[in-house]
Amino acid sequence: MKVSTMAEMMAAGTKPEVLFWVGCAGSFDQRAQKITKAFATILDKAGVVYAILGKEEACTGDPARRAGNEFMFQMMAYQNIQVMNAYEIKKIVTTCPHCFNTLKNEYPALGGNYDVIHHTQFLQELIETGKIKISDSNEWKGKTITYHDSCYLGRANHIYEAPRKVLESLDVELKEMRRCKSKGLCCGAGGAQMFKEEEKGDKRVNMERADEAIETKADFVASACPFCNTMMTDGIKNRDEEVKTEVLDIAEIIAKAIQ
Amino acid sequence: MEFISSIIFLLLTVIAFYIFAKKILRIKRNIQLGRPVELNDQPIARWKNVFLLALGQKKMFQNIPVALLHLILYVGFVIINTELLEIIIDGIAGTHRFFEPYLGGLYPFLINSFEVLALLVFVACIFFLSRRNIIYVKRLVSKDLTGWPKTDANLILVIEMVLMGLFLTMNAADPTANFIISGWIKPFLSNLDTHQLHTIEQSAWWMHILGIYGFMNYLPYSKHLHIVLAFPNAYYASLEPKGKMHNMVAIQNEVLYAMQPELAPTGAAAPEKFGAKDVMDLSWKNLMDAYSCTECGRCSAACPANSTGKLLSPRKIMMDTRDRLEIVGKNIDANGQFVDDGKSLLNDHITIEELRACTTCNACVEECPVSISPMDIIVELRRSLIMEDSNAPSEWNGMFSNIENNFAPWKFAPDDRDAWTKQS
Repeated sequence: MKVSTMAEMMAAGTKPEVLFWVGCAGSFDQRAQKITKAFATILDKAGVVYAILGKEEACTGDPARRAGNEFMFQMMAYQNIQVMNAYEIKKIVTTCPHCFNTLKNEYPALGGNYDVIHHTQFLQELIETGKIKISDSNEWKGKTITYHDSCYLGRANHIYEAPRKVLESLDVELKEMRRCKSKGLCCGAGGAQMFKEEEKGDKRVNMERADEAIETKADFVASACPFCNTMMTDGIKNRDEEVKTEVLDIAEIIAKAIQ
Repeated sequence: MEFISSIIFLLLTVIAFYIFAKKILRIKRNIQLGRPVELNDQPIARWKNVFLLALGQKKMFQNIPVALLHLILYVGFVIINTELLEIIIDGIAGTHRFFEPYLGGLYPFLINSFEVLALLVFVACIFFLSRRNIIYVKRLVSKDLTGWPKTDANLILVIEMVLMGLFLTMNAADPTANFIISGWIKPFLSNLDTHQLHTIEQSAWWMHILGIYGFMNYLPYSKHLHIVLAFPNAYYASLEPKGKMHNMVAIQNEVLYAMQPELAPTGAAAPEKFGAKDVMDLSWKNLMDAYSCTECGRCSAACPANSTGKLLSPRKIMMDTRDRLEIVGKNIDANGQFVDDGKSLLNDHITIEELRACTTCNACVEECPVSISPMDIIVELRRSLIMEDSNAPSEWNGMFSNIENNFAPWKFAPDDRDAWTKQS
C-alpha cells in the first residue's frame, strides 16, 4: 500500500492533515501490523491526507519510563520531539494507547505540543462527519461484541465512549464484561510487563481478563490497543475454548464494515 | 466540690488538646520531610474535589449500602460531637445542660436527633464489625491487616459503640431528661434511687468525655486519621490525567545538555538522587497519602496483580510508607535530625518483587475513596531501583538495549519500521 512519509511529503512541498504515529507494535509485531494496515486503509477510504514518520519514528519511551528508566525515556522523547518539531507536526493520530498517552500528556512538558488523538476517537469523528459510511449489510450486524477497555485510554485518559460509539454504529450487540470502563481490568501488559515474565502468583492477569471476556459469550472481543490485543488473544487461546472468540482491533472491525 | 471537678475537667481538656495538637504538628513535620511539589493551582477544581470526594464521599457510593452506613458513622460522629460544646461548657462552668434554657423547643429536637444518630451509629458499627469478623469480606481479612491493623479497625468500632452507649446512658440516667432513644433504657434504671441515678449519669458523662479525648488522641496512631486528612488529601489530589507521570527535570536537562552541549550551564550542579529509595525521597503528597490511608483495601481488591495472587498490594505500599515515615519521625525526635539507620522504604519494607508486579493500570488510584495514589510511590521506587541500583530483570535490560539500539523494545532492524507498507 502506498503510504507517504513526512520526508516524502516535505520533499514534494505538501503537508498532511495528520501524522499517523504507528508505534513499535504497529510497525513490527505481525499481529499489530494488521491493525496498522486496517487503519491506513480506512484513512485512505476516508480521503484523509496523512503521513507516517517511517524510519524516523522511534519508541516514545513509554515502557522505559514505566520500568523506571527515565534516562532512556528522555533520550527517546528528545529525539522524537526534535523530528516532529522539525516537520512542524500539529496533529497526531495513533493506534496505540501507550504512545497516545505519552505523546499527549508527557511530551508537552518536554517541548512537544501536538493535538494528539487516539484512532478510536478519529474513527468516531470520521463516522459522525460521514467521511466513512458503515455498510447496512456489514458482516458484524447482529453479532455480540465485548469491548475491553485499555487502561491507558480509559482510566489514564477518560476515553470510554469513543470506542463504544464506534462499535454501536455497526448495529451490533455490545455486551459489557463484569468489570468495564473505569473498573475495567488490565490485560496485564502495561507498565512494561509486556517485556518480562509475570511475578509469581495464582493466575496470569491476561487469563483473568480472558475469562471475563469468555464469560460474556460474545462472538468477538474488541480491543483498541495492540498490547491488549496480544494479551487477550493469548489468554483466550490458552483456555482452549471450543468456540474460539476472536480478538480484533476496532480499526480492523471498521475496515471490514465500510462501503 | 463542683469547683474542684471543674478545675480537673478544665485541666484534662487542656492536656487532651495539647497532646493532640503536638502529635498533629509532628505528623505535619513528617509529611514535610517529603520532596517539595506545587499543588496549589486551580483552586476551584480542588475545592470541588473536597466537596465531592471528601465531604460527599463520592467513591464510597459505588456500593450504596456500605456507603450509607459509612455516612451514618461519619455524620453521626460529626453531629453528635457538636454536643461536645455543651458538654465542655457544662464541665467547665459546672452547669447542667447549658443550652437547654436558651434553645427552648429546639433543644429536645436536637438531643433527640443526636440520640437517633447515636443508635444508628451503634447499629452501623455492629454491621461493620460483622463484615470484619463474621462475614469475612475478602479485602478486610487480607494478610495486609494481620496484627495491629486488624485490632486497630476493630478497636475504632468498639470505642465508637462504647461512646454512643455512654452518651445514651448519661441521658437515660438524667431524671430531668426525657428523650426518644434513652427513654428505652430508662425502665432498666427504674429501681434506682435519685442518688444512684446521679452517680450513673455523672460516671457516664465523665467516661463519655474522657473517652472522646482518648479517641481524639488515638487518631494519630490509627487508620482513623482519615477523618481529618481525607479533606486536605482531596484538595491536593492530582488534577492531571492519571496516565501522566511526574517529569524528572534534572534528567531532562542532562539529556538536553548531552545533545546540545552549548546549552549546558558552566559548573552545573550534580543531579539529585534519582527516584525514591526512602520516604524523604517521595513527595510530601505521597507522605500525606500514607497518613490518609484508611486501609480499606479497595485498591488491592481492584489491583490486577494482587487479585491474581502476586505479592504486590497497593494498600501495603501505603501502610509500609506510613510505618517507615513513623520510624524516620521517631529517629528525628530522638536525634534532633535523621541519623542513618541503615534501613530504607525500598528493600526493608517494600520488596523488589512487589514493585515489579505493577502494570501501572491506575485501578488502585481510581478506586481510592480518599484520593491516594499508591502507583505514584511504586513508580518512584522503580526509578530508584533502575537508575540508582541498576537493578532490572534481564528481560528489561534487553528491552532497554533494544530501545537504545533499534529504537523499539524488540530486536527488529529500525530500517524495517515501515516494512508493513510494502506488505500486501
